[in-house]
Amino acid sequence: MSPTIAIPRADYLNVSYGVKSWLFTTDHKRIALLYLTTITLLFFVGGAAAVLMRLELLTPPGDLVQSETYNKLFTIHGVIMIFFFLIPSIPAVLGNFLIPMMIGARDLAFPRLNLASWYLFTLGSVFAIVVTVMGGVDTGWTFYTPYSSTYTNSYVVPTIVGIFVAGFSSILTGLNFIVTIHSMRAPGLTWFRLPLFVWAHYATSVIIILGTPVIAITLSLVVLERLVGIGIFDPALGGDPILFQHLFWFYSHPAVYIMVLPAMGVVSELITAFARKRIFGYSFMAFSLIAIAVISFFVWAHHMFVSGMSVYASLIFSFLSMVVAIPSAVKVFNWTATLYKGSISYQSPMLYALGFIGLFTIGGLTGVFLASLGIDIHVTDTYFVIAHFHYIMVGGSVMGYLGGMHYWFPKITGRMYPEGWAKFSALIIFAGFNLTFFPQFLLGYLGMPRRYHFYPEEFQVLNVMSSAGASILGLGYVVPLIYLIWAMRYGAPAGPNPWGATGLEWQTASPPPTHNFEETPVVTQDAYAYGLPEEDLKGGR
Amino acid sequence: MPTACLRRISRVEDNAALAEQFDDLAQQHEAASLGMWVFLVTEILFFGGLFAGYTVYRTSYPEAFREASHHLDVLLGSINTIVLITSSLTMALAVHSAMAGRRRALVVYLLLTLVLGAVFLGIKGTEYAHKYEQGLVPGTLFAYSGPHPGQVELFMLFYFVMTGLHALHLIVGLGMLGILAVLAWRGQFSADYYAPVETGGLYWHFIDIVWIFLLPLLYLIGLH
Repeated sequence: MSPTIAIPRADYLNVSYGVKSWLFTTDHKRIALLYLTTITLLFFVGGAAAVLMRLELLTPPGDLVQSETYNKLFTIHGVIMIFFFLIPSIPAVLGNFLIPMMIGARDLAFPRLNLASWYLFTLGSVFAIVVTVMGGVDTGWTFYTPYSSTYTNSYVVPTIVGIFVAGFSSILTGLNFIVTIHSMRAPGLTWFRLPLFVWAHYATSVIIILGTPVIAITLSLVVLERLVGIGIFDPALGGDPILFQHLFWFYSHPAVYIMVLPAMGVVSELITAFARKRIFGYSFMAFSLIAIAVISFFVWAHHMFVSGMSVYASLIFSFLSMVVAIPSAVKVFNWTATLYKGSISYQSPMLYALGFIGLFTIGGLTGVFLASLGIDIHVTDTYFVIAHFHYIMVGGSVMGYLGGMHYWFPKITGRMYPEGWAKFSALIIFAGFNLTFFPQFLLGYLGMPRRYHFYPEEFQVLNVMSSAGASILGLGYVVPLIYLIWAMRYGAPAGPNPWGATGLEWQTASPPPTHNFEETPVVTQDAYAYGLPEEDLKGGR
Repeated sequence: MPTACLRRISRVEDNAALAEQFDDLAQQHEAASLGMWVFLVTEILFFGGLFAGYTVYRTSYPEAFREASHHLDVLLGSINTIVLITSSLTMALAVHSAMAGRRRALVVYLLLTLVLGAVFLGIKGTEYAHKYEQGLVPGTLFAYSGPHPGQVELFMLFYFVMTGLHALHLIVGLGMLGILAVLAWRGQFSADYYAPVETGGLYWHFIDIVWIFLLPLLYLIGLH
């Protein structure tokens, strides 16, 4: 076929129209966009709760909201951001869109299951939103017993039902990814030729299918305890509330890696594409993802050093928590080594990727502080912990998510976004983020406890800095929302491969046809084959 | 969507059983089988939370758990074990018949498995009724007056939650067997295409294995 003849070709966006064609689609690309819509909405709901919290914390006395309302605000913020935004963010949107394309497949292995996952997720989020509107839940996102099971009068049961349903959506997505990556790779695409994005999602899926069922059954027991009035965690029967914490963190610590591993996958794609280099130490990068997934299951009790646990158990969990820093550090060093003598261009996705590396490093190192028993006991339940995990989850995962959204936006929509605005928002997100959360390290070290809406006068300066930073950060999230929506319609046409990147997803048209490729590609080289003559990378037609 | 319809029609001519995202039936079979195995791993962890809780409390209160275990009916539990193991045999024979392409035998074995599963549920229901009459259902109905009442109630809670979750899986399994039997009767399966029967079999054996663990942990700990 000659490239000069322009044939009007159907892509996945214009192949059919109407609400039905979206709600009953089994195309992984359309399902990814359904997820994108849902989680963007939920992100701004969770963000609104954070705005109210930061407003309240501007002044030392509790003047804007009362204690009960504040408890509900941080619970809703935590529940929505963790279960309904961060966990599905990169896997369900970018993973869903890209994994079949990156491995040269027509779709995921189970397309109808994929659509069912989105419906389950939406049903779960409806529960979360309805609970928020009806009056909220005040247990904190951790649902610690016996408060959650016996004493609170807020909407624990519907919230847990929502999380349970969304959990099944995430299990089914993980299952779909594992099977797809195992059985649907294109000819020649061996495991060690896979992009690290795919490895990262494989590791994430393993955590999802092993961890999520445990929290599902644990939270079901809490519901049973509330509804029937008897329960496994009730001390009145000889039950043990600490057992709840063990079971809860058995999932919820690995869940941190469900949030951050996909971002690591995104960053590996961005760093190589904008440094024009192969990744440094490919197999170490792949195995460190798997190592993080495995070790993540043996560190959970570092959340419980002050809950009541044998000192020997504490020592072992402290040691293992430090061990998980090793593969994480391998990744940071290898990204840095990839940059060395690369031909780096500072386009907006690259700014997010570099931001990720810096913020993740701070979050990771403060995680090592928290893994050591002495420091942890000093700063448990203070803003130090809050700052630490926001550096990982917002500085890490959200930066990775936004970097990935920008990088693959031309592939998803076929259009470019305004680069100037994108750079501007990447920079103010980085600045706003640090201004929000770095003061919280200091606050926590000085002893300000988390989950309080009032505080002594001497903490005000740092709290004002944090709230000011949050307003900049909030602006940084609204700006991309506006220009990305604008660019969907008015952006310049992108062409199949605007970044000159390797990877099968860039070998097909933007936006791609429904079945991704005109014919199944054959892979003959390793991932990230940068440094070849540019013509070989142009791809497409 | 005219294009999609055309595509589907052409696939029907190709092979009715092949979904459009797969290249061939072998790939589809591999994906279905792996998908079920991954799902069963999830299921193991789902039950695993309960087994972990059970282990913690049995270690803490060994006497009360032994005492409470005496109140379960070992005879009915054993009969149910035999029923369920036999159903696994008929399920295995069903898969065997499917691979050999013997339609009538496949339908018969699927229905036999279904009947045995229903018998299991019936016996389980009788046991639950007995527990209700004896006041051993945890909660407001609990009327046990022997030693360690709180801890015995904890044991009974594990008994009901674990066997209840198991029964729930069995009910889903019965629905699955019914659908498979109808599809088999309509001649949807052949020696080339029997992946649904095989993956259904995996699920059924999983239910069986969970019971093999539940029986000694719940019924037999009082015996020695």
